[in-house]
Amino acid sequence: MTATRHDAPMTSSVGNPGAEKRGMNLTLRIWRQQGPTVKGKMVTYKITDISPDMSFLEMLDVLNEQLIMQGDDPVAFDHDCREGICGMCGVMINGQAHGPQQTTTCQLHMRSFKDGDSIDIEPWRATAFPIIKDLAVDRRAFDRIIQSGGYISVPTGTAPEAHATPVPKADSDAAFDAATCIGCGACVAACPNASSMLFTAAKVTHLGLLPQGQPERNDRVVNMVAQQDREGFGGCTNIGECSASCPKGISMETISRLNHDLLGALRAGARPKS
Amino acid sequence: MSLELFTEGEPIADTKAPTDVPIGERWSERQFRGRLVNPTNRRKMTIIVVGTGLAGGSAAATLGEAGYRVKSFWYQDSPRRAHSVAAQGGINAAKNYRNDGDSVHRLFYDTVKGGDFRSREDNVHRLAEVSVNIIDQCVAQGVPFAREYGGLLDNRSFGGTQVSRTFYARGQTGQQLLYGAYQALERQIAAGSVEQNARTEMLDLIVVDGRARGIVARDLVSGEISTHFADAVVIASGGYGNVFYLSTNAKGSNTTAIWRAHKRGAYFANPCYTQIHPTCIPVKGDYQSKLTLMSESLRNDGRVWVPKERGDDRPANDIPEDERDYYLERLYPSFGNLVPRDIASRQAKNVCDEGRGVGPGGLGVYLDFAEAIKRLGRPAVEAKYGNLFDMYAQITGEDPYVTPMRIFPAVHYTMGGLWVDYDLQSTIPGMFVIGEANFSDHGANRLGASALMQGLADGYFVLPSTISSYLADGPFDKIDESHPAVVEAVQGVQEQTQRLLSINGNRTPASFHRELGQLMWDLCGMERTDEGLRKAIDRIREIRQEFWSNLKVGGDWHSFNQTLEHAGRVADFIELGELMCVDALHRRESCGGHFRAESQTPEGEALRDDENFAYVAAWEWTPEGQPPVLHKENLEYEYVHLAQRSYK
Amino acid sequence: MTVEHAQRRTPKVAKTNSVFKKAVMAVTGIIMVLYLIAHVIGNLKAFSGAEAFNSYSGWIRTVGNPALPGETTLWVIRIVLLVAVVAHFWAAVSLWRQAKRARPQGYVTKKATAQSYASRTMRWGGVIIGAFIIYHILDLTLGTVNAEGFDSTPYERLVASFQNPFVTIFYAISVILLGMHLRHGIWSATQTLGQSNRRREKTVSLFAVAFATAITLGFLLVPLSVLFGLID
Ligand SMILES: Cc1cc2nc3c(=O)[nH]c(=O)nc-3n(C[C@H](O)[C@H](O)[C@H](O)COP(=O)(O)OP(=O)(O)OC[C@H]3O[C@@H](n4cnc5c(N)ncnc54)[C@H](O)[C@@H]3O)c2cc1C
Ligand code: HEM
Ligand code: SF4
Ligand code: FES
Repeated sequence: MTATRHDAPMTSSVGNPGAEKRGMNLTLRIWRQQGPTVKGKMVTYKITDISPDMSFLEMLDVLNEQLIMQGDDPVAFDHDCREGICGMCGVMINGQAHGPQQTTTCQLHMRSFKDGDSIDIEPWRATAFPIIKDLAVDRRAFDRIIQSGGYISVPTGTAPEAHATPVPKADSDAAFDAATCIGCGACVAACPNASSMLFTAAKVTHLGLLPQGQPERNDRVVNMVAQQDREGFGGCTNIGECSASCPKGISMETISRLNHDLLGALRAGARPKS
Repeated sequence: MSLELFTEGEPIADTKAPTDVPIGERWSERQFRGRLVNPTNRRKMTIIVVGTGLAGGSAAATLGEAGYRVKSFWYQDSPRRAHSVAAQGGINAAKNYRNDGDSVHRLFYDTVKGGDFRSREDNVHRLAEVSVNIIDQCVAQGVPFAREYGGLLDNRSFGGTQVSRTFYARGQTGQQLLYGAYQALERQIAAGSVEQNARTEMLDLIVVDGRARGIVARDLVSGEISTHFADAVVIASGGYGNVFYLSTNAKGSNTTAIWRAHKRGAYFANPCYTQIHPTCIPVKGDYQSKLTLMSESLRNDGRVWVPKERGDDRPANDIPEDERDYYLERLYPSFGNLVPRDIASRQAKNVCDEGRGVGPGGLGVYLDFAEAIKRLGRPAVEAKYGNLFDMYAQITGEDPYVTPMRIFPAVHYTMGGLWVDYDLQSTIPGMFVIGEANFSDHGANRLGASALMQGLADGYFVLPSTISSYLADGPFDKIDESHPAVVEAVQGVQEQTQRLLSINGNRTPASFHRELGQLMWDLCGMERTDEGLRKAIDRIREIRQEFWSNLKVGGDWHSFNQTLEHAGRVADFIELGELMCVDALHRRESCGGHFRAESQTPEGEALRDDENFAYVAAWEWTPEGQPPVLHKENLEYEYVHLAQRSYK
Repeated sequence: MTVEHAQRRTPKVAKTNSVFKKAVMAVTGIIMVLYLIAHVIGNLKAFSGAEAFNSYSGWIRTVGNPALPGETTLWVIRIVLLVAVVAHFWAAVSLWRQAKRARPQGYVTKKATAQSYASRTMRWGGVIIGAFIIYHILDLTLGTVNAEGFDSTPYERLVASFQNPFVTIFYAISVILLGMHLRHGIWSATQTLGQSNRRREKTVSLFAVAFATAITLGFLLVPLSVLFGLID
């Protein structure tokens, strides 16, 4: 396939490594489900001439264009930035959250597959993430976990001068690493317990490492953990599927940190708001 | 100028900035003269905020804290996904932490000049003033900005400025700033002061007795069309770069909120000012769905080149040094690879037009790190750019350490937007517009790291203060569903939705979107001509006609229907595209991101025409069949002297 | 009083949360591990002959005498262990049920990326270990299911049991499962108690493997020796 982006005089494709590659033919088995309360099932689709340079979502776009033209219902899936940062995309691909590479679904490219492959595509499955339709799920439970304490209370305009509190570089860097969580939900999807521990731990770690986060540190952790239980996520058993599936590589260390903070907070008498 | 394309109406002017005091005092003076709403009254007033990006998120949180009843809307599942999350480079602030001579005045000066003298001095000065508070606020929220070993904040120089005033959080500044605002917003949601409306798209503005009083929105999951009422409406729906189909925006980024508000009477300012970013990953095929930006910082060490010969299809590494054309270094000996965005973009287009482009379709130029790797060593290059190189490898499947990267310009930011005054109020009383959705601070070209600054300035500090002057007259009379204006708005939305579904033609919304985008890119992109723009306007009208007669959208509107969402957005993009072309056509000068081939220096640089075009073009929408009306806001420069840019 | 009432109620919420349950599991697990260490050392006394083994078993019944009367120490150990096992089991079952509720409909296709065999078998493995422990007590402590009956000496019961290859195989499987349980359990407990970090992670994992292997081998040594006639 060649792209035409403007009507400039075009020479034969110049130094194009992938020009002559033939597209792949694939069998897709996709979870189709009309709505949250309806039963779903896997449906098989054949798709042809897929370029290895396509992203996984572009491959789904191609399928959907065909479905629309045939008068069929296109496959619903969530996505927005398509550059691996918004956290909106995410499906199970052959049993792995975001597919065979440790990246977001939108950053997965078809060169990770080969001609003739069969690909199973399913939504994240968790009670706390009800299916909206097909591959799209509702992840607002994550927002409610943040609402329960994932912030520093600082009304606009009340902040002190930024340089008033130096932060050791190591803490600041570690806080940043934890803060890169994009809230995609792959950790929950991959976890055999459907636990949201890695997500919660990332936020507890981010804010808990900074001096600004100290005043609310105990309340934050007890409330966020209580909320994740209330949302119906499973409990963590330190298996590590989450971290291995996390596109941002949030580490298991954050979970240890959460546990540490939580036990400390309980000992100090912090109790969740009911 | 052909009369049928537009007519000219009364000039327009900002009346809110207190120009009777010196520029440095205007913002505090405005706040002092503005009216306040007392805390008990705030609880009786509702404010709708559309959007949860840096602008909308920070505004909703701040208004909630202030005690107003806020209703927040966004189209994604979570407010944390607003496209501000994708900003990489950084945020400017005049903190002068480096003691390198920066100041509020210098940031103001740089921004006005960078905007190629097409922005309003008062607004820009306020932006520079407020910039310092933003950093304080964000640090207090826990935004993990980069720090030095002493524990203090690090700064870098960005986008060719001579001072280091850019704060950053590795390559994810926008993400971290957004999460700060998002968390503040969630805190207010938990406190009950902000009502959340996730996956809800604004489809119309409700105007009653000349005041913005609410919106009509569609719940994207249930399909339900609902009305929401308020005493004021704030729109923070982001940029409209997706009119080009391919851009660095998110797939869902749209013009719908501002376009429908425009159709209700809000003037649209400078729609043609578009920023095209030079370092994006090139298009690979016609299935391409979006473009990915690679941080501009790459140009600090990478060298841009193409083969000297047309049609040279040898692999990059086989092309000998003397057969390469390092065209930026050749054309701009003093700035070299670091020329501003618009120049780097246009020159890339020029060499590709000459047939010297590389990669699929000849639409790319090399960005070569071989020399940097030799000079600094691979580990140093890895440390500096490792994550960008990885991202490039992930997307292209090529190893940039071995073969040069290929880059190509892509649409990145839209300086145009709804016209607002100093209070950020549009021409519809009670409707405020903030963030990328308004036109206010960047003139014809936005400097790097200034959009994040503007979004947060608007949302945290400016709007929450200025909106009270308007609300001091409230609360306004209650309205409900039965009000004729509301009935009319709801019916309009229902009819349009029904119409989109019932055409049942032969083309998908994406296919129309792609065609429109290609056309806009070709004829209203990096270089615009009289002839091209006229052709574009004709073609857009044809596309529009075909859209409304040959569109295919399956399903119904009482369900989660992403094709329907897309169709509605494309319908608005088509109309906006036409206005952009009209605006580009009428502005017979080159300035900032707007390059008219007819207006260039003998060396091929953009040539401004201050005599005739030192104004903001604010467009008034007119019903079908009548040309839009142009209202000019004259721009005067009291503090920064008009001068031609030069990067030779 | 309402205040008191409220005070009594809130901690309950805190203590039933998933992390707290995990902490219970970790602490009780560690208690059991400590016991196992002592237990394996005792078992190895079998190599020193019937005398030594029986006197060890007599010793645990009388430690602390005469300061503490009769079998006090043994009963303290038994009660602590019983409480530990019950609490451990309660927490395990309740987290298991929580996990089931958290994902009632499983994936059609699911691949494990990081999960080890040990971490995957914690639950069923735990159940088998539990069943084994019951059998083990009936067999060697109470003697109810032992060929030698309850009035034999511990050494006789030991030899009688492990001369039966089926008993030895069941024992071996259980002990290997226990080893795996500990291999994941030890790492897991450091996580749960908030003691793990990136620097320690490797060390903890290595230690868990080494420790689990040592315990497993230690427990296997005696029965295998009996089976192959090295001890009789
Ligand atoms: C890839 C990239 C990199 C960038 N890097 C930088 C940088 O380094 N420095 C810098 O200063 N700037 C940068 N920018 C620009 C800057 O990020 C944006 O201009 C800015 O973040 C826009 O913020 P916003 O709040 O106006 O809009 P957005 O963040 O786009 O938010 C829009 C919001 O409106 C909602 N919305 C939209 N339409 C509707 C509707 N119809 N109904 C309901 N809700 C709606 C969305 O859900 C969303 O919440 C970059 C931009 C891009 C694309
Ligand atoms: C009654 C039978 C048992 C059952 C049902 C059981 C079950 C479990 C389960 C489900 C876990 C959590 C799994 C995980 O973290 O992934 C666990 C953890 C653990 N178990 Fe057991 N177990 C049993 C007996 C034992 C015994 C006999 C010991 C020690 C001798 C032990 C030591 C541990 C340890 C140290 C942990 C780690 C605690 C933690 O995760 O924080 N368990 N057990
Ligand atoms: S922790 Fe990782 S996998 Fe989980 S939501 Fe955050 S980014 Fe996604
Ligand atoms: S679409 Fe944004 S992360 Fe994939």
